[in-house]
Amino acid sequence: MREVFFYFFAALAVLSGLLVITRRNPLTAALYLVLAFFALAGVYVLMDAFFLAAVQVAVYAGAIMVLFLFVIMLLNLGPDDLPPIMTRRVRWLYAAASAALVLLFLGLDLGRRLPAPTPGAAGEVGAIAARLFGDYLLPFEITAVLLLVAIVGSVALAHRE
Amino acid sequence: MAELLITVVKILVIILVVLTGVAYMTLAERKVSAFIQWRLGPNRVGPWGLLQPIADGLKFVLKEDFTPPGANRALHALAPMLAMTPALLTYAVIPFGGTLPVFGHEVRLIVADLSIGILFIFAIASLGVYGIAVGGWSSNNKYALLGSLRASAQMISYEIAMGLAVIPVIMFVGSLKLTDIVAHQGANPWFVLSQPLSCLLFVIAAFAETNRLPFDLPEAEPELVAGYHTEYSSMKFAMFMLGEYVNMMTASALIVTLFFGGYHLPWVETLPFFQANAAWLALLQVATFLAKVALWLFLFLWVRWSLPRFRYDQLMGLGWRVMLPLALANLAFYGLWSLKDLP
Repeated sequence: MREVFFYFFAALAVLSGLLVITRRNPLTAALYLVLAFFALAGVYVLMDAFFLAAVQVAVYAGAIMVLFLFVIMLLNLGPDDLPPIMTRRVRWLYAAASAALVLLFLGLDLGRRLPAPTPGAAGEVGAIAARLFGDYLLPFEITAVLLLVAIVGSVALAHRE
Repeated sequence: MAELLITVVKILVIILVVLTGVAYMTLAERKVSAFIQWRLGPNRVGPWGLLQPIADGLKFVLKEDFTPPGANRALHALAPMLAMTPALLTYAVIPFGGTLPVFGHEVRLIVADLSIGILFIFAIASLGVYGIAVGGWSSNNKYALLGSLRASAQMISYEIAMGLAVIPVIMFVGSLKLTDIVAHQGANPWFVLSQPLSCLLFVIAAFAETNRLPFDLPEAEPELVAGYHTEYSSMKFAMFMLGEYVNMMTASALIVTLFFGGYHLPWVETLPFFQANAAWLALLQVATFLAKVALWLFLFLWVRWSLPRFRYDQLMGLGWRVMLPLALANLAFYGLWSLKDLP
C-alpha cells in the first residue's frame, strides 16, 4: 500500500515538475509548481514526517506560491510577452543535463548510495522541536536573524524615495 | 477491512451533514436577514420556505453555464473546485464526539486523529486562497481580478494573526491533536475563559478568513460588482457559494473545538444516566457539538446583517497594526505564564 502511494506521489512530483518548466503560461507553470509541492508533501507523509508535510504545504504551497501568483497576476504576462524558452542552446542544455542525470543513476548507482529514510518517531513534532531548539539552537536563531535582515532590507529598499 | 468501511461511512455522513447544513444555511441567511430587517423572507416554497434550498439548487443546475470570452477556460473551470475542496478537507481532523459503541466496535467520532491536527487545518486552509485568486484572474475581468487580489492579501494577513492566536492554546495543552485539546477542556475550564484574548483574536481572524462581513471586501458590491465570482454562473457560482458557507461552518467548528469545549457539556455529562450508557453519552456529545456550531453560525449571520463593511485600508491596518501586535503580546504573556508550572 505504502509503495503504491509512494510511486503515485513520486510520479506526480516528477510530472508536475516537468510541466512547470515546459508550460508557456507563467500562471499555469506556477500552479503546477504548487502541485509538485503537494506531491512532495505526500512523500513526506509516507515517511511519517507529518510535521514537515504540513509545513511544506502551509509555507511553500500556501504562502510563498501565493505571493508568486500575485506578482504574475499583476504583471499579467501572457505567453506572447515572454521570449521563447526553447532556443537551440537551451535544447542542448536540456539534453546534456538529462544525460548526466541518467548516467549518475545508472552508471554510478547513485540511487542505492543515498541513505535510506528512517520512518518513525523522528518526524514527530516533539522530536523536531528537541533538535531545533536543543542541538541546533544557534543555527536556528541565526537563520531567524537572516530572515529579519531580509525583511528590513526589503522595507528599506521600498521606502528609498 | 472493518476499519476502512467505518472510515468511509464516517466520511460519507460528514459530507452529507455538511452539505445539507450548507443548503439550509442559505435559507437561514435569508430568514435571519428577514427577521433582522423586519421582513418575512422566503415563505412560498414548502411550509415556512423549508424547500427553498431545493428550488435554488434546481435553478442553479438549469442556468446557462457561461464562460466569458477571453477567459482561460481550464483555469476558469478549475477555480470553483479549488475553492470548495480545501473547505471540505478540514473536517477530517475535527472531533465531533467521543466514542460510539456500534455492534461491539468502539467507533471514534473523528475521521483521522492526526498527530499534527491543528497544523493540518492551517496547511489546508492556506490553500483556500487559490480558488479565489485563480477564479479572479482567469475571468479576464478587472473587477474579478481586483476582488481576488484583495481576497488573497486579506487571507494571508489574517492567517498570521490566526496562527499566533492558537499557539497559547497549544502551549497549554502540549499537543497539536484536536482530540487532546478537547479532552483538556473537558477537565479544565474552557479556553474562552482561561484565554479570552486568544479567543477574540481567533474569532476576528476567522471572520476575515471566511470573507464575511465586516470583512467581505473581496466581493464588495458597490465597488466590485461581485468581486472574484463576477463572471461565474450556474453550478460554478454555486460551488463558490458552497465553499464560502462550508468555510463558515469549518470556522464555527474550529472556534467551538479550540475555545468552547468541543463536544463537552459540563455537568450534564457527569449525570449517572450518561455515565452508564456510552451510546447516549456519544449522542449527547454530538448533539452538543452541533448545537454549539449552530450558535456560532447564527452569530456569523447576525454580524453580517448588523455591521457595515470596513474600508480596505482599515482592514489592513486592523490586521497588521492591531491584531498582529496583540497576538504577539498575548503569546508572550501566556508563554511566560506557562513557565510557572515548570520545575
